Amino acid sequence: MTKLTRDDVLHVAKLAKLNISDAEIAKYTSQLASVINYFSELSEVDTSDAEPTSQTTGLKNVYREGETNIENCLSQNAATSGTDNIHNGYFKVKAILEGRTDK
Amino acid sequence: MNLPLTIKETRKGLIDKKYSAVELVDSYLEKISKNKDLNAFLTISDDEAYAKAKEVDKLVGVGISEDQYPLLGSAITHKDLFLTKGVRTTAASKVLESYVPEYSATVVKKYDEAGSIMLGKANCDAWAHGASGENSDFGPTLNPWNKKYVPGGSSSGSAAAVAAGLTLVATGTDTGGSIRNPANFCGVVGLKPTYGAVSRYGIVAMASSLDSVGCFGHTVSDVETMFNVSKGEDGFDATVKNVESAKPKDKLRIGIPREYFAEGIDREVEKSVTEAIDIFKKQGVELVDISLPNTKHGVSVYYIVQPAEVSSNLSRYDGIRYGNGRDSFGAEAKRRIMLGTYVLSAGYYDAYYLKAQKVRSKLIQDFDNAYEKVDAIIAPVMPTAAFKLGDKVSDPLRMYLADVYTVSANLAGIPGLAIPSGFNKGGLPLGFQLLGPRFSENTLFDLGKMYQEVTNYEPKLAI
Repeated sequence: MTKLTRDDVLHVAKLAKLNISDAEIAKYTSQLASVINYFSELSEVDTSDAEPTSQTTGLKNVYREGETNIENCLSQNAATSGTDNIHNGYFKVKAILEGRTDK
Repeated sequence: MNLPLTIKETRKGLIDKKYSAVELVDSYLEKISKNKDLNAFLTISDDEAYAKAKEVDKLVGVGISEDQYPLLGSAITHKDLFLTKGVRTTAASKVLESYVPEYSATVVKKYDEAGSIMLGKANCDAWAHGASGENSDFGPTLNPWNKKYVPGGSSSGSAAAVAAGLTLVATGTDTGGSIRNPANFCGVVGLKPTYGAVSRYGIVAMASSLDSVGCFGHTVSDVETMFNVSKGEDGFDATVKNVESAKPKDKLRIGIPREYFAEGIDREVEKSVTEAIDIFKKQGVELVDISLPNTKHGVSVYYIVQPAEVSSNLSRYDGIRYGNGRDSFGAEAKRRIMLGTYVLSAGYYDAYYLKAQKVRSKLIQDFDNAYEKVDAIIAPVMPTAAFKLGDKVSDPLRMYLADVYTVSANLAGIPGLAIPSGFNKGGLPLGFQLLGPRFSENTLFDLGKMYQEVTNYEPKLAI
C-alpha cells in the first residue's frame, strides 16, 4: 500500500467533481494519508478463504410487479419543484456539445 | 405541566383528560424555545404539529380502542435525514438548506398514521458523517447534561432532544453507531434494528449496505413500540423482509466479548458494563466468555466500505434538480467522498475495497460463531463517556477509532440496543449495548426490559 500524494488527492477530487482549493489541498492530503495509512493493518488478515460480502440480507433478485402505480409518481410540477432553473417543465443543464462542427 | 415520559403515560393523560394534545404541543414548543441554545432542532413544524394535535384531540373525543393508534399524541422529532413532505429537510448540510421534499419517508408516514405528533426536524452531523454532532453545517448540538460536552452523533439532535424532554421520542439512523453512540452519551435508550427490518425509503442515504433506521426513547418498552410501528415491507426498499422476530428463549445466555474490554476503555465505562453483567447474572442469565477475534479490524473495514458507498450516494447532489452545488459540501463530507473514490479507483480497488469486503465476511463469521453459544452479546458502546466539544475535531482518524465497538454490528447487519445505566463522576451518562443475531429484537427487548425493571429505572430528564 503506497503513500497518498497531493496528486492522488487532486485526481480523486476531479473524479468526484469536488473543487479543492490550493489552501485546502495540504490539509486534506495529510488527513486522508493518515487514514489510508491506518488501513495497512488489514494486510495482516488472512482472507485467502474468504468471499467478499457486499450486503447482509442474503436476498437476491427481489422483484415487484412491472406496472406503474400513478399514486407513487410525482407530478411534473412536483418533480421539478426543487429548483428555479427550469425551462418549459424541463431541468436546465450545462451544455455538453457547444459548437456546430457540421458547417 | 409535567410532560409525560412514556408513550403509555401520554396516551393515558390524553384519555383521562389531564391535558389536550394541543396543550402538549404548547408545552413542548415552549420548552424547545427556552432551550434554543442546545441547537437540537433545525426546523420546528409548529403549524403541522397543531393541525395534528387538533386531529388527535378529535379522536380522543370520539373514543378509540386500545389497539388503535399505538403512538397516540406522542411527540416525535425526526432526524433531518428523514424526508418529511412539505417540511424542510436539510441532512444538516448547506447543500440542502432550502430543500422541501415532495414526499415523506415510509417510517415518517407510519409514525404519523400511528397517531404521533411531529414537532420538527433534529440536527445531526451533516449527511450522518460523524460521531459527535460537530459536523453539522448549522452548528453542533450540545449535550443537555453538560453543555460543554458533545451529545454524540450522528443523530445528535434526536438523542439530545429526548434527553432534555424537548420531544418524547425521536428517530435516527445508525450506519456505524449513529444511534447507539448519542443514546449512550445522552443517557437514553436507542435501537439500531436489524439491517432489512425497517424500510430506508425516503431517508437520505449514507452507506446503503450499512444504514439502519431506528429510534430513541426513555424506556426499552417505548423503543419496542416504536420499532413495531416502523418495521416491515413497504414495496419501496428491496432489502426489507417481513421476518417475525423469534420469541426469546426462557433461559438466555449473554456473551462477554473479551476484545471489547481490552486497553483503551475508560475505567468508569468498563465498570458500568460489568455492573450490568452482574445484574443479569443475578436474574439467572448465563454469562459466557466469548471471542470476536476480528474486532480490531472493524474500523478499517468500516472506513473503507462506508466512504466507498457514501461517494456513490452523494454523487446525486449536483445542484441540478434540487439543492446547491457540490461546493456547498462541508469538510467531512469532502473527506469521505474522496476517501471512498480513492478506495474504489483503478489500481486501489483490490487492495482496499475488495480486501475490506473479505474481512467483512470474517467479522460476520465471528458473530455467527458467537451466536452458536449465546443469544446476545453485552458490550460498551463507546470507549469513553461524552467528551468536550472541540476535543477531536482536528484529528479525523482519532474520531474514527472511537467507533470500534459500534461498527461491527453494522457490517454484520445485526441489531443493537443501547441502554443507559447511570452517570460517571462528572455527571455524564453511562450505558451499555446488547447485540443480537439478525431479527432478534425481541430477545434484546426482553433483556433490556428485565434490566430496567430490576434496577427500578426511572427516566430522568436532563433539563
